[in-house]
Amino acid sequence: MIQELISSGDWLPVTFAGLMGFAMLIYAILDGYDLGVGMLTILAKPKERDRMIASIGPFWDANETWLVLGVGILLTAFPLAHGVILTALYIPVALMLFGLIFRGVAFDFRAKVAKEKKQKWDTAFFAGSLLTALSQGYMLGAYITGFAEGWDVIFFSCLIALAVASGYCLIGGAWLIWRCEYTLQKNAVKWMRQHLIITCVGIALVSLATPFVSERIFDKWFEFPYVFALAPVPIMTGLLVISLFILIGKMPFEKDRLCWLPFAMTIAVYILCFGGLAYSFYPYIVPDTLTIVEAASAPESLMIILIGTLIVFPVLIGYTMLAYYIFRGKARDLSYD
Amino acid sequence: MDFDPFVLSRIQFAANITFHIMLPSITIALGWILLFFKLRYNVTKDETWMNAYFFFTKVFALSFAIGVVTGITMSFQFGTNWPGFMETVGNVAGPLLAYEVLTAFFLEATFLGIMLFGFRRVPSWLHTLSTFLVAFGTTLSAFWILVLNSWMHTPQGFEMIDGVAYATNWMEIIFNPSMPYRLTHMLIASGLTAAFLMAGISALRYLNNDKDPVVMKTLRTGVFLAAFLIPVQIFVGDLHGLNTKEYQPAKVAAMEGLWETEKGAPLVLFGIPNSETRQNDYAIEIPKLASFILAHDWDAEIKGLNEFEGEHPPVGKVFWAFRIMVGTGILMLLVSWSGAFILTKKKAWIKPLSYVLLPMAFSGWVATIAGWYVTEIGRQPYLVYNVLLTEDALGPVKGGAVFTTLMAYLSIYVILLTAYIATIIYMAKRAGDGGNRDPEKERNQGIERESAIAGVAKK
Repeated sequence: MIQELISSGDWLPVTFAGLMGFAMLIYAILDGYDLGVGMLTILAKPKERDRMIASIGPFWDANETWLVLGVGILLTAFPLAHGVILTALYIPVALMLFGLIFRGVAFDFRAKVAKEKKQKWDTAFFAGSLLTALSQGYMLGAYITGFAEGWDVIFFSCLIALAVASGYCLIGGAWLIWRCEYTLQKNAVKWMRQHLIITCVGIALVSLATPFVSERIFDKWFEFPYVFALAPVPIMTGLLVISLFILIGKMPFEKDRLCWLPFAMTIAVYILCFGGLAYSFYPYIVPDTLTIVEAASAPESLMIILIGTLIVFPVLIGYTMLAYYIFRGKARDLSYD
Repeated sequence: MDFDPFVLSRIQFAANITFHIMLPSITIALGWILLFFKLRYNVTKDETWMNAYFFFTKVFALSFAIGVVTGITMSFQFGTNWPGFMETVGNVAGPLLAYEVLTAFFLEATFLGIMLFGFRRVPSWLHTLSTFLVAFGTTLSAFWILVLNSWMHTPQGFEMIDGVAYATNWMEIIFNPSMPYRLTHMLIASGLTAAFLMAGISALRYLNNDKDPVVMKTLRTGVFLAAFLIPVQIFVGDLHGLNTKEYQPAKVAAMEGLWETEKGAPLVLFGIPNSETRQNDYAIEIPKLASFILAHDWDAEIKGLNEFEGEHPPVGKVFWAFRIMVGTGILMLLVSWSGAFILTKKKAWIKPLSYVLLPMAFSGWVATIAGWYVTEIGRQPYLVYNVLLTEDALGPVKGGAVFTTLMAYLSIYVILLTAYIATIIYMAKRAGDGGNRDPEKERNQGIERESAIAGVAKK
């Protein structure tokens, strides 16, 4: 199969689909935790809220850039698919953008306005995070169904919207366990446990419903012998979730050992779910309508982008790691001076 | 009521890009000014420079955040409303946009975190380097986006096959004829926007009786920077005009309000372009001056709009936007030069100067937006000059949906703009109230800073 790809020249679009998927996955993990923290602020006291937001302060901006990269690759490498997908998702995209706008600016405004106005921006921060998460989930739902219409599709998409929002809260909670201490950490354990249950129910429902909204995915999942190729995904996800549940039941440990582990395990769950989705969609970029190869830009243009990407990616990952190294450890209150 | 998705999508894109450009036009130059403050502090060890840095870092952070989120909106607009753009010229525009994201966005976003919150966590050199990288990143981002925008005005280095553009020469695409002029013009515009904003905020603090020595420092920085940049900008603007005359004569004709092709064309000082009668009503003209300005020759022939009938831009909008830009520029020249004179020779007049600088705080926005309207409306009816008509790029969106989102965007932008200006005024006031700072805390901060400089990263 790989030789076939190389000889036909299709490897270039497929590589870009891989890069785009990678960017989207990193986005879901990184902005996922800070959107999750944003949603969880509603449950916290004002003082804790400051600390929670401080824990994501140095990172959120770069996290969000992965979305621009993901959409950027869609825009530049697959212009045909970009148009089809974004016009079909006109309203949810707009809602997501409104959410992102309010969340991003509220982060800065809340720290700079007079005390009596801070509460309002806190609400905007929460509402923006929630709206962003829900609309992203809704878009994923609509995408899975290949932008079909009808009430069942809307219901299915709403279900995914809730699952995604809860999944973000899950990884947000894991981040807080890693980056916070004392009462806040204990609360984070509690929040994480709640969202672990909701997310699991969500993943299960979505997995049950997906084959029924898409005949093609049904065939792909249950066709012999591919059913065995796919089987490790749900099994591993299940095992991870169960051990995660047991683990956080006992947290926090003495001397805060393993405080990073729930976060790492949640990332593994994200990767597995993503893998399942990617497997279901390949080779389509617009489900059932447009394949990766059909939607791609001219090879010369893709090559130019690929060269830039290969040079820039290691540097990008390098300085991202530098930022995480500098702001390592437990979150402290942020200050400019 | 009938909603025209074409008109509404254009208004929506215009609203988005107008609101977006206000923020980068501050941050592109403010980044470099912050680097200047940091370097002055590194050399002089004068805390005032660092206080100037911290105060304007807050303005920077706020502007940057709004710039980022409105920028994300733009990248989605291409797909939601104008898919024909990428479908037609995606092979050219795509790599340029991709390089912007890859080389600039991540750089500025990541190092912004270190620049804002890292002062006491990283060694001083790394903090200075982060400030540099943020400034460099914003400028690099401006470079790529202006390359693409300039290419849309003066496209070259491609061939059309079955209605789709294929890149043939990337050097020609990047260094297209209008790029150097447009880029320089925009970067200086950003310098002026940031300079007048800084002068205006400092004037506000001065009028609030803020005795902090930082106020005079930032006031001087703003005024002198503006006084230095404005003549350069007028010169560059003139060159940009000459370039436009060569490549987009219809735009220049609209800017000047010239209907007939003539030798020794007059400069229309005032007039109301009438597209029905195809002449200017109530015109006041100076003979031959337009020829002199545009071609540096009193008798040069300037092509009139009638040469391009049916495919020239709407005259009135371009004509007026151009006059607003030039008028604001002249005002900037007067204010900044008299300001520089007062600050060096007539220090007693700083108070009246402050009253003048205050309303000029956002003059950079007026000139920048007017300038962009000239060039963007001046390119109509094309989206990519002589390659793609704007109307051909519209996607299958419904008018009602666009109307809904447009109203939502407009309300959000009004809220954000009000909050932005109110917060800046509040920060300026609160900085002034900081006169009775806690000396104990300051001493502790001093110690922490020293340890930060010594390279002891605080955990």
